[in-house]
Amino acid sequence: MLRVATAGSVDDGKSTLIGRLLHDSKSLMADEIGTAADLARLTDGLRAEREQGITIDVAYRHFATPRRRFVLHDCPGHAQYTRNMATGASTADIALVLVDARRGMTEQSRRHLAIAALLGVPGVTVLVNKMDLVGYEEERFDAVVREVIDWSARLGLQDVAFIPVSALHGDNVVERSSAMPWYGGESLLEHLEAAPAGNGAADGPARLPIQYVIRNGDERWYAGRLAGGTLEIGDELLVLPSGTRTRVRAFEHGGDTAAAPRSIAVALTDELDVGRGDLLARPAEAPEPVRELSATVCWLGDEPARPGARYLIKHTTRSVPAKLDAIEHRLDVTTLEHEPADELELNALGRVRFRLGHELVPDPYDQLRATGAFIVVDETTNDTVGAGMVA
Amino acid sequence: MDHLEQLEAEAIHIIREVAAELEKPVLLFSGGKDSIVLLHLARKAFRPGDIPFPVMHVDTGHNFPEVIDFRDRVVPDVLVASVQESIDRGRVRDEPSRNQLQTTTLLDAISEHGFDAAFGGARRDEERSRAKERVFSFRDDFGQWDPRRQRPELWDLYNGRVRRGEHVRVFPLSNWTELDVWEYIRVEALELPPIYFAHSRPVFERDGMLYAVSDFLPLRDGEEPFEESVRYRTVGDMTCTGAVRSRAATFDAVVAEIAATRITERGETRADDRVSEAAMEDRKRVGYF
Repeated sequence: MLRVATAGSVDDGKSTLIGRLLHDSKSLMADEIGTAADLARLTDGLRAEREQGITIDVAYRHFATPRRRFVLHDCPGHAQYTRNMATGASTADIALVLVDARRGMTEQSRRHLAIAALLGVPGVTVLVNKMDLVGYEEERFDAVVREVIDWSARLGLQDVAFIPVSALHGDNVVERSSAMPWYGGESLLEHLEAAPAGNGAADGPARLPIQYVIRNGDERWYAGRLAGGTLEIGDELLVLPSGTRTRVRAFEHGGDTAAAPRSIAVALTDELDVGRGDLLARPAEAPEPVRELSATVCWLGDEPARPGARYLIKHTTRSVPAKLDAIEHRLDVTTLEHEPADELELNALGRVRFRLGHELVPDPYDQLRATGAFIVVDETTNDTVGAGMVA
Repeated sequence: MDHLEQLEAEAIHIIREVAAELEKPVLLFSGGKDSIVLLHLARKAFRPGDIPFPVMHVDTGHNFPEVIDFRDRVVPDVLVASVQESIDRGRVRDEPSRNQLQTTTLLDAISEHGFDAAFGGARRDEERSRAKERVFSFRDDFGQWDPRRQRPELWDLYNGRVRRGEHVRVFPLSNWTELDVWEYIRVEALELPPIYFAHSRPVFERDGMLYAVSDFLPLRDGEEPFEESVRYRTVGDMTCTGAVRSRAATFDAVVAEIAATRITERGETRADDRVSEAAMEDRKRVGYF
């Protein structure tokens, strides 16, 4: 299964592309297909969207080919773009960024690529769209590719892939196009069918955040979803943040091992005070408990983030009170410049420091997304107001 | 991990989050294939212990008898919220289709029991407004869904915080498709009510759909009942759920038909979604499943 986030504004032809992909891969049902002019309307789910001709929210579309199951996270390019794209990108295996071949890189494309890079999406593919409007010219495609590569290098993005397409006519979307013989590569669908899935979390250090304690008579089973690595019966583990040691006695599913991202329940060799919010990790590769957090946040709340404000941070299965100590800078995602800031408003990104009411045991986000990510909750409204990535 | 294992891991994680963070969850069970998968996942999530929350069925009184038999056998301790009771108590006025009336019964039951979370088996591939709904879908104290003010949902970090009187609807099968559900039922060897497989029954045609002949749906002039081999693709009320002509009596035959079909399950067999383009969205806004 591959999770694909799509980014691009209305003008880049993103909705048309998704419609084309679903239509040409025969993933649409007869009662979903309108006329060809409706291709762009397929992902508009809500009445207000159809009435106003805009897309409001991230839509999740499912389709399958004989080779693979796909989930498309369609992120609107309208207002609140950063918030929506961060949401869609947070769980994506691959991000598709659309660039209009006529205009080349815009402020929006720079923003899309920057967010994909910040959210650590494992694969980024740039679709140079509307090739039909530039005469399917190789020179034009190459010029856009050069622009994108310059920007991606500054973002630290590696291995960006490029495909010249015309979403409107279907060139290189599902079938390879005969209009661009100079392009020897895959169509978009072939590319997606072959793209590596998953984030390789099973290969890293083992991390089991405890979600829930299952009691069965006198027995206790510790339930959670492996955020990283592989566990085996007999493995020595540290219970964090307390630091007590124990070993894996058994898995509820009956096997000898379990790998991320499986949801499991384990029994331990010792009777310990282990509960929700604790983290199990091997002693040699255990992360350090911290009372301060330096992180990049994407602000999602209507009320800006201000130093001194109190929030609740939810990290894995652990929620702790937190105080925003300082905003170190705001990040302009279209220039990558650091600006001094007194507050972070809705859709802003910036580097901040939190002081925590209890310990957290995080990893740096760029090493493991599942244990480097957190959300910020405003306890007065219960809204999710920020998304954080541990530095 | 294959995609079914991934979907299972995600769903179990969601179910455990709710049990850990909310005070009083309930699992909504209809006897349909999605809620059967949901119940199975909940049982798996808490093994070797028991499910730490009750299972509730909103019973319109217009259900297929085969489904009620199945429910009583598989979930003997099910809580029943009865639409007939809501009618008898004057909460709602009876209508030929009780589909809409379920919303009042459901919201009344949530508030009477003090539930702060309700699991549902809805999937994003079912319908366009569902495609935009969160896994943890917040409802205010009137049970309303506001699609323009949904909480952002990033990674697998869910925010289920509610005040007294509010609740969350939680959809662990959000990312499953109809075919995923069938394949999972096969892998886990789950039992389904018999109406999912081809059987012969008296039916009649109305508005292009085949309905079972029953006391709940009086025939109109010109409607002639006839015997047909049919199966059901979804299970709702007898008054709004259509059958499909089929001879697929085995699991593999049903899956093969579903894989080949070119019509969505709701478009093909649910009269309640044919009312308007935004029929589901409108019902969801006021508190429907």
